[in-house]
Amino acid sequence: MMETVRTQALTRRFGELVALDQLTLAVEEGEIFGLVGPDGAGKTTTMRLLTGILEPSSGEAWVDGLHAVRDAEAIKDRIGYMAQRFGLYPDLTVQENIDFYADLYEVPKAGRSERLERLLAFSNLTPFRRRLAGNLSGGMKQKLGLACALIHTPRVLFLDEPTNGVDPVSRRDFWRILYQLQQERVTIFVSTAYLDEAERCNRIGLLHQGRLMACDTVDGVKGLLKGSLLEVRCESPRRAALLLRAAKIGSVALFGDRIHVLAENADRGRSGVEAILRAEGFVCHGVDVIEPTLEDVFTSALPSGAA
Amino acid sequence: MFERLYRMLVKEFIQVLRNPRMRAVLFVMPVAQVIVIGYAVNTDVRHVPMAVYDLDRTPATRDLIARFEGSGCFDVVRRIATEPEIQEVLDSGEARAVLRLNRGFAEALSGGGSAQAQFLLDGSDSNTASVALTYASRISADFNRSLLEQRFSRTAGVRLDAEPIVLVSRAWFNANLDSRNFFVPGVLAMLVAVLTIILSSMSIVREREVGTMEQIMVTPIGRLEFILGKTIPFAIIGLVDVALIALIAVFWFRVPMLGFPPLLFLGTGLYLLSTLGVGLFISTVSSTQQQAMMTAFFFMLPAFMLSGFVYPIANMPKVVQVLTYLNPLRYYLVIIRGVFLKGLGLEVLWPQMVALCLLGATMLLLAAGRFRKTMS
Repeated sequence: MMETVRTQALTRRFGELVALDQLTLAVEEGEIFGLVGPDGAGKTTTMRLLTGILEPSSGEAWVDGLHAVRDAEAIKDRIGYMAQRFGLYPDLTVQENIDFYADLYEVPKAGRSERLERLLAFSNLTPFRRRLAGNLSGGMKQKLGLACALIHTPRVLFLDEPTNGVDPVSRRDFWRILYQLQQERVTIFVSTAYLDEAERCNRIGLLHQGRLMACDTVDGVKGLLKGSLLEVRCESPRRAALLLRAAKIGSVALFGDRIHVLAENADRGRSGVEAILRAEGFVCHGVDVIEPTLEDVFTSALPSGAA
Repeated sequence: MFERLYRMLVKEFIQVLRNPRMRAVLFVMPVAQVIVIGYAVNTDVRHVPMAVYDLDRTPATRDLIARFEGSGCFDVVRRIATEPEIQEVLDSGEARAVLRLNRGFAEALSGGGSAQAQFLLDGSDSNTASVALTYASRISADFNRSLLEQRFSRTAGVRLDAEPIVLVSRAWFNANLDSRNFFVPGVLAMLVAVLTIILSSMSIVREREVGTMEQIMVTPIGRLEFILGKTIPFAIIGLVDVALIALIAVFWFRVPMLGFPPLLFLGTGLYLLSTLGVGLFISTVSSTQQQAMMTAFFFMLPAFMLSGFVYPIANMPKVVQVLTYLNPLRYYLVIIRGVFLKGLGLEVLWPQMVALCLLGATMLLLAAGRFRKTMS
C-alpha cells in the first residue's frame, strides 16, 4: 500500500498558540480518512499545511510523494481542496465557476466538456448551471465546490468540514459522491466535527487542542475505550448523573435522558451504580452494557488526555 | 499561462460588468462628475458683486462707477446710503467690494487737484480679492489717463496720445486665459486616479475577505498571472474612462486638443501602471476592504494636493517639492496639459513618460513581491 499523505511531527504555531502539535500520521491511497475534532482542534490548520497554503513552524509533510513546502506548487496540480468557507464566486454562475477553475488547472480542452457534464450530472447541478453560485442552497453550494475541486481529476481530495451547515439529505448525497470517488481510487482527507459523519470514514484521527489523540479505524478507536460502557436509565437523570460523578465510579456522561458510565468491569460497575442510586432513592429502570459510539470515546478519553 | 490569464480577465470583467452599481460607478460617475466639476473648477474672476457708497453724486463719480460696471469684472449690486451698510454688505457677503466716494470728489478734481476714492475688499478669498484689486487699479488708471488728457488739452492745448511704454502682451497656449482649460485635464487625471486606485485597492483584499482567495491559492495559478489578472482589466477600464472624459473635455468644454491624441493614451497607460501599482500594493498590505479604502484615501489626498493640480509646485517649500517627484500625478499632469493645451510631443514629454514608467514598474513589482500564495 502506498502512502498518499504522510506527516512527520508537523507543527504550526501562531504566536504563543500551538495550533498543531507534532502531528504524525499516514493516509493510504484510496482511503477516506477523517480528521475528527471539536472547533479549534487544528483541523483547518492541518488542511492548509497539507495543501501548501500555510507553512509549518516545524515538521514535514508529503502529499502524493511530494514535499508540502518544497513542492507546494507541484502538489497543487494533484490535489483538490474545498475550504470550510464557501470559496467560489457568488457573482458567477455555476458554469462560469467551473470554467474558471478548469482553466486555472489547465484542464485539456479535449474531453473537458464531457468531464464537466459528468460532474454536473453527478452533483445534480445540471439544471442550475446558469444560476449564480450565490443563489444556490447550502447543499448545492457544497456540491458545486466539490465539482470545482474535482475538475482536474485530482489524486487527493482535501475537504475541510464539507457538510457543515448542510441538511441531512444533502449530506447523504454528498457522501454518496465521496464513495463513488473512492471507487476511482481518489484518496479523500476529510475533516469533520460531526461524529456520525466520522463513522463513515475508513480511518479517523482524533484531534484535540492540536494533538492527535488516536488514529485508527472507527472500531479501533472505539476499542481504545478501556472497560465496559453502561447505559443507565433512571428517574431524574441529571441529578443522578451528578450523584454518580461524585461517587467517582468511572467516567460519567449524560446523553439525553440516559447516563453513560464507563466502568472497568461490567458486573461490578452495574451493581455499584444500582447500589448508589438505590441508596439515594432514585428509581432505576435498567443498566445495560452497550457498544460505545465515537461520542463516548470523545467524552471519556479527551478530557483526561487534555488535562 | 495564457489560458489562465485570459480566464482571470474574463472572470474579472464578468464580475465588474455584471454588477449594475459597478457599471454606474465605472462609466456614468466619471462622465457626470467631469461635467459637474468641469463647470465648478473655474478660478476666473468675473462679475464680482460690489456696492457703491456715493456721497458726491456728481457726473465725475457717475463716470467712475460706470467704468467699474462697464468692465465686466464688477456688478454693482447695491447702492449704499449710510455708513453702517458698508459693514453689513461685506459681512453678509452680498458684496465682495465696496467703492466709497466722499463728498467733494468732483470739486477736488475740477480744481486740478487730487481726489481720493476708497476701495474696500473682502480679503477672505485672497485669490478673488487680489484679482479684483488688479481690475480696480486698471480701471482707476484708465480713469486717470482720460482725466489727464482732458486737462492737458484744456490747459496746454497739447494732445496726449502716446504713452511712454506700451506693453503688448499675448498669452500662448491658452489665449483667453481660461482657467477651465487648465483645470479640466486635471480633473481627468484626478477622476481616473480615484477610480483605478480604489478599484484595485479593493480587489485582492476582497477575495481574501469573501473567502475566494483560499480556493485560488490551492490552484497552480502563478503570482504574476494573478496580479496581471487584477491589473489589466482595470487598466482597460481606466483607458475607456480617459477616452470618455477627453471627449467631453474637447467637445463639451471646448478644451483645445492641440497634441497627438494617441500620446495621451500612451501617457495614460504609463500613469495607470502607477495608480494600479499603488492600489494593488495597498490591497496586499490590507486585511480588510475598509482598511484598504482608508489607506487609499490617505494616499490620494496628498497626491492631489502635491501634484500641481491646483497649487503650483514651484510655490512649495523645497522639501515638499522633492516629495512631489514620487507622485505619479505630477508627471501625468504635465503630460496631459502638454498634449491638450500645448501640443507637445514625445521629444518634450519623454522625461515624464520615463518617470511614470519607473514609478509604475516599481509599485507593481512591490505589490507582486508582497503578494503570497499562502495564508496569513
